[in-house]
Amino acid sequence: MIEMKDVWKTYNNGIKAINGIDIKIGKSEFVYIVGPSGAGKSTFMRMMYREEVPTSGTIIINGKDVGKMKNKHVPKLRREIGVVFQDFKLLPKLTVYENVAFALEVIEESKASTRKRVMEVLSLVNLKNKARFLPDELSGGEQQRVSIARAIVNNPSILLTDEPTGNLDPETAWGIMDLLDQINNRGTTVIMATHNKDIVNTFRKRVIAIDGGLVTRDEARGEYGYEN
Amino acid sequence: MKIKTFGRHGKEGFKNLGRNGWMTFASISAVTVTLLLVGVCLALLLNLNAFGDQLESDVEISAFVDITAKQEQQDELKSKIENISEVESATFQSKEEGLDQLIDNLGDEGEVFESLREENPLSDAFLVKTKDPQDVNKVAEEIEQLENVQNVEFAEDTVNKLFKVLEIARNVGLALVIGLLFTAMFLISNTIKLTIVARSHEIEIMKLVGATNWFIRWPFLIEGVLIGILGALIPIGILIYGYYYLIDLIANRFPTFIIDLLPVTPFVYQLSGLLVVLGVIIGVWGSLTSMRKFLKV
Repeated sequence: MIEMKDVWKTYNNGIKAINGIDIKIGKSEFVYIVGPSGAGKSTFMRMMYREEVPTSGTIIINGKDVGKMKNKHVPKLRREIGVVFQDFKLLPKLTVYENVAFALEVIEESKASTRKRVMEVLSLVNLKNKARFLPDELSGGEQQRVSIARAIVNNPSILLTDEPTGNLDPETAWGIMDLLDQINNRGTTVIMATHNKDIVNTFRKRVIAIDGGLVTRDEARGEYGYEN
Repeated sequence: MKIKTFGRHGKEGFKNLGRNGWMTFASISAVTVTLLLVGVCLALLLNLNAFGDQLESDVEISAFVDITAKQEQQDELKSKIENISEVESATFQSKEEGLDQLIDNLGDEGEVFESLREENPLSDAFLVKTKDPQDVNKVAEEIEQLENVQNVEFAEDTVNKLFKVLEIARNVGLALVIGLLFTAMFLISNTIKLTIVARSHEIEIMKLVGATNWFIRWPFLIEGVLIGILGALIPIGILIYGYYYLIDLIANRFPTFIIDLLPVTPFVYQLSGLLVVLGVIIGVWGSLTSMRKFLKV
């Protein structure tokens, strides 16, 4: 489902972010991406939803070559991939419901099916009773759950999360992990870049370590392996 | 595109206008001033053009016939002139008619020439019109070569000078119009850039969840078109009113004014249509340039 073959990425300013990565991630896997800051984790993630294009090599996602993909096909790719960020990226003037519905509105879903889907994911992330709240009226953990709801509302096959627990206290972070686990159990591939040692070491899953733009470790039930 | 989606884009476009109220006001004002000047320039230019065409069609060659020429020779000359392929018509004007016209044209001062009636110094002439005014020079030369032609006259210098002035006026006007259109376009482009920056967060999320590029572009395009159309309204009002007023003024106060202005209908309505089209074009153009740089979609 996700396959990288000899992928390199050098930015225009000369920084070599990725220096030859080969990796395969199967359907319904849960994968941690770990490594020090500036190791290339973010570039690795961004290439998957084609925010960045590899300098050389191929990235195949759901059978499509992302690197060679024409611009006009990118929206379709992104409808198969949900993305969640450390800073939530919610629209402050829209309610919880509207923030989640926004993702369906802009891909021209009908109002009726939008309503149904949004209520479904809001109950999955346990925020049905806060649908009319504005993001500012929610806690950090709740805001992150809204952003996860928005990322999965159109049923993507892959969920990319970049430091989803980075801004949250440990207890809240565990809540988010529970939620990601549930989503993973429904068949969605979850890829999570993280610096959270406790989570990686407790909630054991496949660990891919990236350092200096290379995969330095790939273990089925791995550990964090770095001192924070 | 679904109708519902189009409705959404329209609504968003309108919202964008309100979002940067003052900047919107500034660009609408810029479009207003531009289109007003463009409209006035165009009204002038089109009238000058019509005037020029009218002048061009009025250019006549006077071919004076030798005093000694007999009637048959005159007839022969007439048919020779008419046989020149560029000639449209050749009308005979006797020397008496020629003098009458001269006296008429000179008005009061013409009376001096009344004394010449007895011994008319003028010659009989053929007034020759060419099919294309550009051929006047050539035809005049050809006629000069014919037998029994004393000399040939046409208002060469005056006409040429007038054409030159008209041409300069046309070019200056056009350059002005194009410059103004660019200015308005840049202002619209800047306004839309502001909207794009204000909504960059939203656009980022739209791209992330897979909105198509055109879905993202439409509201900005509509914003540009709205600025263009709103900017055209006042100039159209002023032009229609002003032109009616001008025509009225000339008809009532200066009935002998030498230049015939183009009639109000359909002229002002065509001009209004043109201004709306120009408004829309600079609006679309402005929003497209701002999007190319800022949206990268």
